[in-house]
Amino acid sequence: MERLKTVDDFKTLQDRLLAERDPHIPTIVIPAGTCGQASGANDLIRVAKRELLRRKLLEKVYLRITGCHGFCEMEPSVLVEPRGTFYPKVSLKDMVRIVEGVARGEVLEELLFLNPQTGKRIEKQNDVPFFRKQLRTILSQNEQIDPIRIYNYIETGGYAAMVRVLVNGEPSYVIDEVKASGLRGRGGAGFPTGSKWELLARQVNGTGKFLVCNADEGDPGAYMDRSVIEGNPHGIIEGMIIGAYGTGATEGVIYVRNEYPLAIKHLIIALQQAHELGLLGKYILGTDFSFDIRLVRGAGAFVCGEETALIRSIEGKMGEPRQRPPFPVQKGINGKPTAINNVETWANIPVIIRRGAQEFAKVGRRNTGTKIFSLVGKIRNTGLVEVPMGVTIDKIISDIGGGPVENAKIKAVQTGGPSGGCIPAKMFNLPIDYESLTKVGSIMGSGGMIVMDENTCMVDVAKYFMNFLKDESCGKCFICRKGTQRMYEILDDISKGEGAVGHLDLLEELAYVVKDTAMCGLGQTAPNPVLSTLRYFREEYLEHINNKRCPAGVCKELVTFLINEKCTGCRTCVRSCPEEAITGKKKERHAIDSEKCTKCGACRSLCKFDAIEVS
Amino acid sequence: MINLTINRLKVSVEEGTTLLEASRFYGFPIPTLCYDEGLSPYGACRLCVVEIGDEKKAKLVSSCTYPAEEGLRVRTASSRVVGARKMILELLLASCPQSKIIQDLASAHGIRQQRFRQEYEDCILCGLCVRMCEEQMMAKAIGFRGRGENRSIGTPFDIKSEVCRLCGGCIYVCPACQLRCTYTEPENAICGGCENLSPPCLEKERFDNMMCYMDPCVSCEIRKR
Ligand SMILES: Cc1cc2nc3c(=O)[nH]c(=O)nc-3n(C[C@H](O)[C@H](O)[C@H](O)COP(=O)(O)O)c2cc1C
Ligand code: FES
Repeated sequence: MERLKTVDDFKTLQDRLLAERDPHIPTIVIPAGTCGQASGANDLIRVAKRELLRRKLLEKVYLRITGCHGFCEMEPSVLVEPRGTFYPKVSLKDMVRIVEGVARGEVLEELLFLNPQTGKRIEKQNDVPFFRKQLRTILSQNEQIDPIRIYNYIETGGYAAMVRVLVNGEPSYVIDEVKASGLRGRGGAGFPTGSKWELLARQVNGTGKFLVCNADEGDPGAYMDRSVIEGNPHGIIEGMIIGAYGTGATEGVIYVRNEYPLAIKHLIIALQQAHELGLLGKYILGTDFSFDIRLVRGAGAFVCGEETALIRSIEGKMGEPRQRPPFPVQKGINGKPTAINNVETWANIPVIIRRGAQEFAKVGRRNTGTKIFSLVGKIRNTGLVEVPMGVTIDKIISDIGGGPVENAKIKAVQTGGPSGGCIPAKMFNLPIDYESLTKVGSIMGSGGMIVMDENTCMVDVAKYFMNFLKDESCGKCFICRKGTQRMYEILDDISKGEGAVGHLDLLEELAYVVKDTAMCGLGQTAPNPVLSTLRYFREEYLEHINNKRCPAGVCKELVTFLINEKCTGCRTCVRSCPEEAITGKKKERHAIDSEKCTKCGACRSLCKFDAIEVS
Repeated sequence: MINLTINRLKVSVEEGTTLLEASRFYGFPIPTLCYDEGLSPYGACRLCVVEIGDEKKAKLVSSCTYPAEEGLRVRTASSRVVGARKMILELLLASCPQSKIIQDLASAHGIRQQRFRQEYEDCILCGLCVRMCEEQMMAKAIGFRGRGENRSIGTPFDIKSEVCRLCGGCIYVCPACQLRCTYTEPENAICGGCENLSPPCLEKERFDNMMCYMDPCVSCEIRKR
């Protein structure tokens, strides 16, 4: 790679790349993010490469390996451009046929996506309901880019925003644009990014300033930051360079958790390539502007996502928060002014500059832009969805998510990860923006969205999150450490049928004190799962306490497993039981010995006849 | 100088003064556990919380770490503050009932019961010993380890640290692990003797071998004589 010495060099390169590109050549796109690889995308890639080689198609059909496209439920999937044909859940045999088909310009009808509602097959990715109802500004770039090829990124308009900023020459241009765009931090609190940068820009530049990309992403069930980095690492880098130009920052740090090896790999490659091309480092593109980014790996503590803990972790100390003020913008890494932003926030920056703040601000109601949510839990289509701010929860769950799995009724959705709250189904017409979510006792958080149906016990949900938080609290501040432990203890008692009515008041009282007195965001939001479930699902708690019954049949101590008359005597459950608690002859109704039964649920998940009842 | 209002009193303090220092200077008591004048503030026990700001945006912050700000309105004993302190003390009692200092504080705040499952942990992880060792003894022999439930204080790898001079500074500052009043049986450890007018220690025979280090404590002083 030749180092680009001037802005003109860059433009020449960009023009050359665009001229060499032939959009008519069919391209097989295989998403191979961590999710794709887990479901077998690497094997697909191997088969595709072998077939292309064997059939001497290398010049006629291109192959592009990208990050996750979002529809993780259907992976490993294949997208064929330029038609936009979408093949879900592709097997190795089918891959061979797809390569043949692409070479001949055919669409394989029987492998297309089957719409469960209409029973019809859908060819184009953009017609699949999951994709059609989204507005994929950030995620759609994942499709177009091979994350380990910088030319690929430049070809699709990458680094052009950075060049525009360099040519403009006014740092205030960046800040004005970001402010006008109305972009708010995607990492949780939703602080206006432009204002944060303005504060940083105003700090006197004596010994340097820091910009940090927060890719710690510790929320259980959230993985959009991982997918964005894996699929489009240059987008983050470009965003940070633009931010540095606007704020006068001299050093950048990307803090990634070590559990994201693929994201780290792609980032290392991307940073290296940007360096080699002269887009990063000293005198970027021959201007007098210098900025460098280094990678710091976190050891995977949830609390290290909190700004002050993150700073200490970057400094090499124990990751525990400290009291603000002074804010990181005043005193951050090594005492120097520091601005921290979330991965998704950074990914939005090039988009804002490229499209213009006015265009960007047109999207969304109340808040601007789009937000990626990771839709998981008891829902048909799990995956990453990107929607404009201000759409209703219902739209995400019914239209994009495709509604409940089988016939169970959806009961609630949990947003914002462990610090968020549960929103009951009757409030699903709530628009998703920072204020509305806060008002109902939840938060936007980083965008996790866990769907729960009748088979989810809300006490169990609260207990699960409290268990997570009591382990992940740094333990520095007494109220957070002991408060989460004690809340867990009470919830555990309730789930075992040992609760008393007074427990609920104690739980609530404790929850409010923890919220009030904890030092950092972790403790201040930790009671949210408890408070919101108590607020909307109090009767479930009371059912556990008064009648010693778990309505959802989840809390093990309160349920018994029975076999009803639907049993055909197939012996599947007998074989599945690890405790040998099920007995019965072939073709006769079986029985469970409740003494031996450990309520592991193995029989229930295997029974094809719904014969195993939990009561 | 920085001007602020503590409760109803308009005061001015030097820049860099914490709310705790300011309040105490002007005679507003604030209970603390993890604060010591000679050590850097840490903000771990949360007992020193005060309420700052105006009605809607009012929030609780630990006064030992919060710097005085121009025009700030501080309330050191609003109902919200007192309620929070009581809950914190209740939690402390539930975990570490044998500490004389915690007993006294709880008693002073009128806490007569605790509603959680009783534990007998010694360390409340206030970090005074860690800071004492590092800041005053220049030794850094002990430090924190682990997080959440598994957090503890100790030497690396649990072997005696080479830099430890056995000065005993850590034990001296510890609010929890000094020899403590056990009221003969740990379950009933909250004696409140120092605050009550009828101190239990008066019955000499029954409490003869009690390790009460209340100082000055009426009852024990009688016993000692
Ligand atoms: C306990 C806790 C965990 C957090 N974890 C993350 C995280 O994993 N990723 C993230 O971007 N922000 C996280 N945050 C929010 C950050 O502290 C910070 O607000 C955010 O990175 C700022 O970026 P933004 O302005 O772009 O949102 C966390 C906050 C708390 C209190
Ligand atoms: S004295 Fe302030 S938190 Fe402990």
